[in-house]
Amino acid sequence: MSTRELHLGGSDWDDVVAGAEDETMIINMGPQHPSTHGVLRLVLELDGETVVNCSPVIGYLHTGIEKNTEVRSWTQGVTFVTRMDYLAPFHNEMAYCLAVEKLLGIEAPPRAQAIRVMLAELNRISSHLVWLATGGMELGALSMMLYGFRERETILNIFELITGLRMNHAYIRPGGLIQDLPDGAIDQIRDFLIDFPKKLNDYENLLSNNPVWLDRNKGIGRLSAADALALGVTGPMLRASGVAHDLRKSAPYSGYERYDFDVPTSDACDCFGRYVVRLAEMRESLRIVRQAIDDLPSGPIMVADPKIAWPAQLQLGADGLGNSPDYIRKIMGESMEALIHHFKLVTEGFKVPVGEVYVPIESPRGELGYHVVSTGGPKPWRVHVRDPSFINLQSVPHMVRGALIADVIAAVASVDPVMGGVDR
Amino acid sequence: MDEALQHTCAGLRERFPEQVSEPEETFGEVSVRVRPGRIAEVCAHLRDEEGFELLSDVSGVDFLGVAPPDERFLVAYHLASLSKNVRLRLRVFLPEGQEAVPTVTGVYPTADWQEREVYDFFGIIFEGHPDLRRILMPDDWEGHPQRKDYPLGGTKVEFKGARVPPPDIRRQPTTTTGYPGRIA
Repeated sequence: MSTRELHLGGSDWDDVVAGAEDETMIINMGPQHPSTHGVLRLVLELDGETVVNCSPVIGYLHTGIEKNTEVRSWTQGVTFVTRMDYLAPFHNEMAYCLAVEKLLGIEAPPRAQAIRVMLAELNRISSHLVWLATGGMELGALSMMLYGFRERETILNIFELITGLRMNHAYIRPGGLIQDLPDGAIDQIRDFLIDFPKKLNDYENLLSNNPVWLDRNKGIGRLSAADALALGVTGPMLRASGVAHDLRKSAPYSGYERYDFDVPTSDACDCFGRYVVRLAEMRESLRIVRQAIDDLPSGPIMVADPKIAWPAQLQLGADGLGNSPDYIRKIMGESMEALIHHFKLVTEGFKVPVGEVYVPIESPRGELGYHVVSTGGPKPWRVHVRDPSFINLQSVPHMVRGALIADVIAAVASVDPVMGGVDR
Repeated sequence: MDEALQHTCAGLRERFPEQVSEPEETFGEVSVRVRPGRIAEVCAHLRDEEGFELLSDVSGVDFLGVAPPDERFLVAYHLASLSKNVRLRLRVFLPEGQEAVPTVTGVYPTADWQEREVYDFFGIIFEGHPDLRRILMPDDWEGHPQRKDYPLGGTKVEFKGARVPPPDIRRQPTTTTGYPGRIA
């Protein structure tokens, strides 16, 4: 493996066209192609139907989230980061909060940690369902698309019940959670746990022996373990290349060491291997969710430190607004000190000690790392996100060189990129 | 500090005594400072001799007004060794006006897009990079948006030929005229 082989190419349209050989054709795939998962543009150099070169062009969805976090308080940062990889909002929130908590030297209470794990694993299932649904649709398994989104809807309903929103929850906050679980949430999750394994069997019956599915996935988008590591590829893609690396096992966070689960791998190194790994991961996630709700600790969901924790457990009143009448009575009627304290915490926020941390967690797509730098102020100095989609997408040119155009679709689908995370 | 990491850092100091600082542990994470010139060789040593197979992350930071000008920019390389299960951060400080560091793409191909991102946002030149262009901002963008002296704000919005009529001849908002299903 030389560097030249792995050189990722990628240049402007004019350069690509000028540099092309006479016999090849340059076409644009995307940025609005339905199978590019959002706004990914691939500039393909083709010899007939064979891909000679491929240059991904990204940045169409760049929204400056990292810059924006620098002018908001530490707590407000959660609302931004949850919008990056919008299929895995809980993972973004959790990684950011773990980084802030590491700087503060605090740890969320056990109940908050367990709820975080439970939500993260449900989120992993819902994210993999979108991968299966869209990936299936792109390779002609249209019924898979309908089933996948149907089941994801069940999970999103659970999220809506718990956090109030289907996506972009901002539910996990530095120090814990914003709210405890509402009534009925556990029952709804238990129903899902009973129902979903049957559905997973249905998917396997539908796809695993389907000749079209096998032909379009087996041996396609090959990526050896060495190439994957050199290209920084992590997550299910790396595990499908035979490397059993999972941060939940190797560097447990948020209490993952308490749960019993396996790390599925495959030696196939191709799109089919990634399918097998992700499907098996959904079963493992179900195991973790089951353990988390069976063994859910009681207690607070936020650290006790009043300098960090927002003061009230907000309740939804008859007027549809969230407030805590007791707390308002206290700060408005009884204690001037409490009012000042509340005002400072909500407007200015808390201060975080000087330093820098890098916190990686295992998101559905791989290593999601937050490099957070504080200079001691009430706002982050810098929040850099190592988004797994961004890194994994680099492997596409390597996987598709020499393949057919149709295989490009399969390869991109097997990366499962989320452009909101790629472009941030 | 982890024993394997201690050994790694000692090996680094021995091999590059002038280039690499003593390890520093903060928040349970180990970092060493590396002089910019031979960062690629340091990375190659760590990959080949110490088993750091994965370059997790390349991240830029602008310490304008916080650090002295000769340490204004930080490029942080987060390396991971899956075989030893340890992580190490290499910190390269760059002075204002000479924001350049050799590329590590030859050692870790994954650095390709990551260095492009740091270049795009901080204007740090990665010497020898095969394809150093902007990656997330438009190609013709001016400035490097995540520098601290780059203001937050959008692009200039131009309303060409827009005129606002005086209040007395403005149209009434359409919602007051009602719409189907509106309860009067």
